Amino acid sequence: MLPVYYYVGLSAILFTLGALGVLIRRNAIVIFMSIELMLNSANLAFVAYARYYQSLRGQIFVFFVMTVAAAEVAVGLALIVAIFRTKHSIDVDQMSNLKG
Amino acid sequence: MESGAVNYFYMTPLVVFFPVIGLLFNIIFGGLIVKKGRAGEIAVGTVASLASALSFGVAVLLGISLTGQRGPVTVPYLDWINIGTLNVHWGFQVDTLSVTMMLVVAGVGTLIHIYAIGYMYEDVRLNGDPARFRRFFVFLNLFIVMMMILVSSDNYLMLFVGWEGVGLCSYLLIGFWYEKGKEGIGNALAAKKAFIANRIGDFGFLIAMFLMFGMFGTFIYKEINAMAPAAAVTTPILITAMALFMLLGVMGKSAQLPLYVWLPDAMAGPTPVSALIHAATMVTAGVYLVARSYAVYSLVPVAQNWVALVGGLSALFAATIAVGQFDIKKVLAYSTISQLGFMVAAVGMGAYVAGMFLLVTHAFFKALLFLSAGSVIQGVEYGHHHVENDPRLKKQLKKLGHDFDPQDMRNMGGLRTRMKLTFWVYLIGALALAGIFPLAGFWAKDEILTESLVLKPYIFWLLFVAAFFTAFYMGRQVLLVFFGEPRSPAAEHARDNPPVMTVPLVVLAILSAVGGGLNLPAIDTFTKWLEQTNEKFSSLGFNLVVAGASTGLALLGLSLAWYLYWKRYQEMQSLPAAKRPDDPLRAYIGPVFTGMENKWWVDELYRAIILNPYVILSRFLADQVDGRFWHDWFHDVVIAGGYRALTRFLAVPIDLGVIDRIANGLADVTKALAGRLRRIQSGFVRNYALAVFIGVVIIIGYLVLR
Repeated sequence: MLPVYYYVGLSAILFTLGALGVLIRRNAIVIFMSIELMLNSANLAFVAYARYYQSLRGQIFVFFVMTVAAAEVAVGLALIVAIFRTKHSIDVDQMSNLKG
Repeated sequence: MESGAVNYFYMTPLVVFFPVIGLLFNIIFGGLIVKKGRAGEIAVGTVASLASALSFGVAVLLGISLTGQRGPVTVPYLDWINIGTLNVHWGFQVDTLSVTMMLVVAGVGTLIHIYAIGYMYEDVRLNGDPARFRRFFVFLNLFIVMMMILVSSDNYLMLFVGWEGVGLCSYLLIGFWYEKGKEGIGNALAAKKAFIANRIGDFGFLIAMFLMFGMFGTFIYKEINAMAPAAAVTTPILITAMALFMLLGVMGKSAQLPLYVWLPDAMAGPTPVSALIHAATMVTAGVYLVARSYAVYSLVPVAQNWVALVGGLSALFAATIAVGQFDIKKVLAYSTISQLGFMVAAVGMGAYVAGMFLLVTHAFFKALLFLSAGSVIQGVEYGHHHVENDPRLKKQLKKLGHDFDPQDMRNMGGLRTRMKLTFWVYLIGALALAGIFPLAGFWAKDEILTESLVLKPYIFWLLFVAAFFTAFYMGRQVLLVFFGEPRSPAAEHARDNPPVMTVPLVVLAILSAVGGGLNLPAIDTFTKWLEQTNEKFSSLGFNLVVAGASTGLALLGLSLAWYLYWKRYQEMQSLPAAKRPDDPLRAYIGPVFTGMENKWWVDELYRAIILNPYVILSRFLADQVDGRFWHDWFHDVVIAGGYRALTRFLAVPIDLGVIDRIANGLADVTKALAGRLRRIQSGFVRNYALAVFIGVVIIIGYLVLR
């Protein structure tokens, strides 16, 4: 069995990729996917530790995270559709109405 | 107070309160009643007369009660002022002196009230304001109230209350027709003159009271009388000053030299007022005051001398002026001053009984003379109206071509046959005033002359000559008014007045005729009556020589008047009208007569030496000191200017420069700061996300590394 830090390391790499994706990409859908990536990296860390500590609490937490993620996707996609309808674009750089 | 004998002293306050009730009744209901016409006016007048009559009734009861007493009685009534050692109460002094005054005031007052019902009925219509009928009787009752307070008080302060009160009533009644008179303001000016002249006198009286309180610490007669002898030894100067300042008050109120000038002008009031206030009662308040202060004056011979001298000079001076007057009421006014001079001289030299005796008899015959003069005036006035309303007679009037004055004796004459009753009562009054045996004036004047011959001979000569003039001017007046031919159509058609006016005249005429019986020689009823108050109230016996001399003098005066105004007057009528002098006396002593006619120019003298400088000073104070200095300079320049400069300083440098700049600077700083800060808000989602990440990293870093 692989030691736990492999999983944690992978989780950290995925999280970093996700974070960078959120910060760098301009397409809202891609940013959204990057957020999913961060969530799932966290899930991976939960599952790895659950297995490591032989506890189900981590597994249960993952289910919660997946539920929240699903709800978040539903809301987030709805927002993106709404934005697209008004702006005809989902480029987040175009959405700078709050610029001071 | 002695027990046993029946007395009515508990009723004393009613002497004041009956007239109060009368005046309140007329104030509240009189306005409604008087609208009912003649009957209503009679009702108002009756209520007022009744109030005065009831007051008289109380005075009579008090007089009866006093016969059972040995000395004065004081009736405490109300506490007034209680401050430290100053305790003033309103108490009543019931002694023969004050009761004498009460009887005169209420008795003569009642008769004059009744007379006024008839007189004022005509007067208010003649002057065109019947609504003032009620006001007149309210004022008249108020006068009785105040006069009663004056004479019944047992201390000087309450006396002063009454003293001022009668002054007020005098002012109100002189100015009763305030919109009439010369140039529509003459009566108001006369009222003002009376008030101001009295104010000068009152100033003296006030100073006297301050000194009194300083020396004795009380105002009560009884206590002052007891303490005065000691004070005369320890502080003779103060007590002399007090007596002399009191004399100033007497000069004002009793119209003596040099403050007498208001009394002739006071004739602007309706005639009943002249009779009641300016002849019979109020003006005698000064005489009463000196008699009341007998204890003080008898200790200060200097003050006594001055009082007697002022009285004697006034008596002579006013008598000479009376000779040259043509206004029927002015003659009587100067005669009043002259008679008051007799009284003041008498009480001044210590002949209190003689002075009071003349006061009482003078109240009778002078009230009679004034009321008869009112009757004459109204009779002539009636004649004048009769002539004016008759087209045939009116043509005659036009030829005369001057304003008709119903008081001018030159417009009268021949009234003897037209106003018979008035003539007879007037004759009685005039002879009583002239001092013809056996009328009231004879006894009183004689007593004064007898006493003065013993006490102060130089006063005797002043009074002796004044008595001659008195007889002369009264003879002149009677002859000019009632004898000869009528000198105007109005006099020709004059008629006598209704009984409401003539009955009081008859009563007063009887009193004037027999009033001397009060103090007949050897019987001395009045002297004994007053002795009860104090033994200083005594009199010398009858002096046949003086009596004979004064009667001879009076007869001489009358015959001289007869010669001039009967004999010479008839002869003068043959002269052409242009050359004919209006007064026979003018033909003999022209310039002197002009002096008498113009009252020796005293009014003009006062105008020149007092009034004009005063007016100039007032103008200076008003225009220069008040207007230019205080208003224009001090208020406008100093206060307003200074304030304006201060305001400008506060507004511009302080408010704009400091306070506003702080507020604006705060806003500017905030704005600049915000301009910098807004750059952070780039509007890029990434930037915000990065900020969130950095924040998370910092927080987690902190949590992990701490």
